[in-house]
Amino acid sequence: MDWEYFLELLLGGLTRGSIYALIALGYTMVYGIIELINFAHGEIYMIGAFTALIVASVLNYAGMNHVAVAILAMVAAIIYSCAYGFAIEKIAYKPLRNAPRLSALISAIGMSLFLQNYVLLAQTPDFLPFPSLIPDFDFWEPYAHIISSQEIAILATTVSVMILLTVMIKFTIIGKAMRATAQDRIMAALVGVDINRVISVTFVVGSATAAIGGVLIASHVGQINFYIGFIAGIKAFVAAVLGGIGSIPGAVLGSLVLGWTESFFTGYISSDYEDVFAFLFLVLILIFRPSGILGRSETQKV
Amino acid sequence: MSGIFMNVRGELKKSFQISAWFMFLTFPILVIRVNTVENVIEWRWYNMAIVGVSTFLGSALWRYLLSVKEKSQRINAASPGNMTSFQKAFSDKRFFYPALFILIGFVISFPFLFSMYQANIMITALIYVMLGLGLNIVVGLAGLLDLGYVAFYAVGAYSYGLLNFHFGLGFWTTLPIAAILAALAGILLGYPVLRLRGDYLAIVTLGFGEIIRLVLENWGEFSHGPSGIANIPRPSLLGIDMTLTQNTIFTYFVMIGLVLFTIFVVNRLQNSRIGRAWIALREDEIACQAMGIDRTRTKLTAFALGATWAGMGGVVFAAKTTFINPASFTIWESVIILCIVVLGGMGSILGVISGALVLTLLPEYLRAFSEYRMLIFGIMLVSMMVFRPEGIIRNVRRTYTFSKE
Amino acid sequence: MKQSKKWIKGMVLAFMAAIFMFSGSMSWAEDGTIKLGVAGAHSGDLASYGIPSVNAAKLVVKEINANGGVLGKQVELLVEDDACKPEIATNTATKLVSQGVNVVMGHICSGATKAALGIYKDSNIICMSPSATNPALTQSGDYPNFYRTIASDDAQAKLDVDFALNVLKLNKIAVIHDKGDYGKGFAEFAKKFLEESGKAEVVLYEGITPGAVDYSAVVQKIKRSDAQAVIFGGYHPEASKIVTQMRKKRMDTIFISDDGVKDDTFIKVAGEYAQGVYASGPKDSSKNPLNIKAVNAHKEEFKSDPGAFYENAYSAVLAILNAIEKAGSTDYAAVSKALKTEWVETPIGKIKFDERGDAIGAGFSVYQVKDGKYAEVK
Repeated sequence: MDWEYFLELLLGGLTRGSIYALIALGYTMVYGIIELINFAHGEIYMIGAFTALIVASVLNYAGMNHVAVAILAMVAAIIYSCAYGFAIEKIAYKPLRNAPRLSALISAIGMSLFLQNYVLLAQTPDFLPFPSLIPDFDFWEPYAHIISSQEIAILATTVSVMILLTVMIKFTIIGKAMRATAQDRIMAALVGVDINRVISVTFVVGSATAAIGGVLIASHVGQINFYIGFIAGIKAFVAAVLGGIGSIPGAVLGSLVLGWTESFFTGYISSDYEDVFAFLFLVLILIFRPSGILGRSETQKV
Repeated sequence: MSGIFMNVRGELKKSFQISAWFMFLTFPILVIRVNTVENVIEWRWYNMAIVGVSTFLGSALWRYLLSVKEKSQRINAASPGNMTSFQKAFSDKRFFYPALFILIGFVISFPFLFSMYQANIMITALIYVMLGLGLNIVVGLAGLLDLGYVAFYAVGAYSYGLLNFHFGLGFWTTLPIAAILAALAGILLGYPVLRLRGDYLAIVTLGFGEIIRLVLENWGEFSHGPSGIANIPRPSLLGIDMTLTQNTIFTYFVMIGLVLFTIFVVNRLQNSRIGRAWIALREDEIACQAMGIDRTRTKLTAFALGATWAGMGGVVFAAKTTFINPASFTIWESVIILCIVVLGGMGSILGVISGALVLTLLPEYLRAFSEYRMLIFGIMLVSMMVFRPEGIIRNVRRTYTFSKE
Repeated sequence: MKQSKKWIKGMVLAFMAAIFMFSGSMSWAEDGTIKLGVAGAHSGDLASYGIPSVNAAKLVVKEINANGGVLGKQVELLVEDDACKPEIATNTATKLVSQGVNVVMGHICSGATKAALGIYKDSNIICMSPSATNPALTQSGDYPNFYRTIASDDAQAKLDVDFALNVLKLNKIAVIHDKGDYGKGFAEFAKKFLEESGKAEVVLYEGITPGAVDYSAVVQKIKRSDAQAVIFGGYHPEASKIVTQMRKKRMDTIFISDDGVKDDTFIKVAGEYAQGVYASGPKDSSKNPLNIKAVNAHKEEFKSDPGAFYENAYSAVLAILNAIEKAGSTDYAAVSKALKTEWVETPIGKIKFDERGDAIGAGFSVYQVKDGKYAEVK
């Protein structure tokens, strides 16, 4: 049994899963609060990557030191993605809070289309190379062929983000408000929670994680393009559902499971059918656990 | 109109704030154009000015329209049986028959008045009308969120392609066969998802759509993979040889026939027992079961019947394009068809037809704007939903009013 | 309120009807010109393959019109976008046909070309592509109206395989493709030729999903298979991602690819990782005087270097217009005969077309990335 190969696939799947997780967290949080599949979330991820690229290019041109550029680019990406998330919610989702759910979904789709083309027209349809913001550390060289420094950075960041998010949800007041709103929106409003603020905060936090994901993966893969949000978004959404939509640990678990499934299937069988297998796996899980792995099975009352 | 001007200063301030916010928001992407391939950075400050001015005016307009909508919603909520002025006019007999007559005249003379290119576009629009009506059964009537509808479309198209390739079957023979195959596929899809609700159903159906496409792409021996199937014959009329123009006109009339057939069947289904069972399922699943309606059968029939229309649409698509490959059957197609149903007004046949026509014809006629086409399309989807979430033509259930006499 | 709403609705309907009528009437074209249709991907992610051919057509037509046109008539360009999608390509083809086009230069992608050819065939319109390399287009005999100014995929694959076996002397090769029509076709030919030669083992044959988040699993599989080289069929975005990840994993596997990758954009995007990558592309004609003139014309008019398939498109337009001139009319049979019998000087060399539509005189060479530029090998 080729252990090194197994380890490589494991770590590769872990990396992939982490990226899905960063995006899936946003999906699941928004769904938990307003029961909307935010199709435009993938585009926020993409905008984060683009903003980082723009800021990094400008700062590099101005001759700034590399580490400062990396940090500023990441910060800028987060700020702008949050801003876009906030704006999207106010424009496309707030007016539809009491409308049929499908209308909000279509609005999300329209917003996704708009953002894709907005970036396409404002920038370029080509694939743009993304500078590697995280340098290869020399001391890690002997192990670089198994897992590179960037992959480690991705894993470390995802873990930190998750811890921060869990702390926020469990121990802060705004976290409590978010949980309350997710459970029962009207009751939460009745006990004095500012619903609009909570929803905005949810979108902002979700967008921030997506932006971080965007910058990291762009740095790892080396290229970005206006279309990357769509596919990543679909995959992350599948991961969120797999883990149980509305549950934060579920989103992470689902993403990891999806990442590992893809990685191992490609590694041991074939990469041709990797997506097919991932979806079949999803169907299988949902047959036995209709609310996802960690989903709360909601009892329906008549 | 008077309400908004009472607070001019407040509104101006708000518009100004929003405008400043948007200028900040779009600053990196619109103002700075980076091309790391060519290593060029381009600063376009005039874009910022454009954004500033347009958002200032735009946000004022947006808020005004929103307040108008809210007012009209309050009126509508009070009396739900209210039909839109359009529908009222429609049911008025004096208006209805002449309008119908003009419409029929227009439809029949259309391909002769306009070029083959226009007829071709109209055929595509009609295919989408059929697809919309089919999805309407699943999403609009039965309330099952299906994001993988394109799978049945692909089943239909590939049935024709493969049956023609291997056995030489013609258009008319394959049409019913494809319909049956699609229905079977619908049942196959319906079975595993019986227990799922809402968004879980959505993601699984999305998954199925992708699975079908990926299998078609990778199982080359069966489906010819990404190279697709070419040289699929167009619809034939008793073996007569037709030129391209004549054949396009013929296909157009075939589609009109199919669409009329679809409308007839869907209308009858809507008002039948099974139709009412679907509506009950959509409104409240548990109550529906409590009333004695077999959930499994209802769901499966919804999927199967919805799929048959997609299957037939697929056959016409294959015949019209004469070349099919898996790249035509992506998630995006499912999304468009879903938009048609929701935009047009879920559950209402007329609504779905108008939605299909708008969504297929608009991008074609927006070709003049070429680059901005998709952008405008996205904005329109959002605006349509924000200002008219019920869709173009609302579904009005038959209401029986007691006359107090 | 109700009145104004009705009014607004009426206006919207009238507006839509106006657009409708307007677009309908736009198809009435004037006579007395020769209409050259240019179809291809001018938008979407493959636009960088299609826009250079539009530029080429514009430049050639401008020059020819300035010199009196063809057969005394001015040449009119009808440019249509198909985004490399077959169903849009059929709409595009129908539109061009209904606008009375005489010949078409396009399409760019093999799949879209295949879809459109049926329509052109029925209307007896000659279609010449600068970039559709799918062999079946000419070899199947289904499309007698199709020509191309680029060699087909099987020639490319054979060249790459011969290079790998005889020049680089490799015997363990992994063949990867992007599951697309073009990439998979090329890869299948490569696999076939490798197996037929008996000199090398195909240790891996896989397809990757374009647009996936990362390709580490496939790259790891390549590593495990101990392949000395990867032959990749596909376009430059995926190629650069795979090469980047391979090099980051400290793999120095040789990378050989097709003309979808032989593009300067690949070098710019992959950066330092592009060094040493091999790709096959149309024979180097940079010393050809017509080519130099064509490239300079592009630089002058568009202030940038020409992109992919520019010289092939330039040659195609020259060939078509030359054939019409020599045939004396735009009649299908006459022009077809002229294309097959008359030689024409083009940026890619002196060419004419064979019975099936392939260009005689256009071939492929292998290139390697050296110091940021593609250099022809051997």
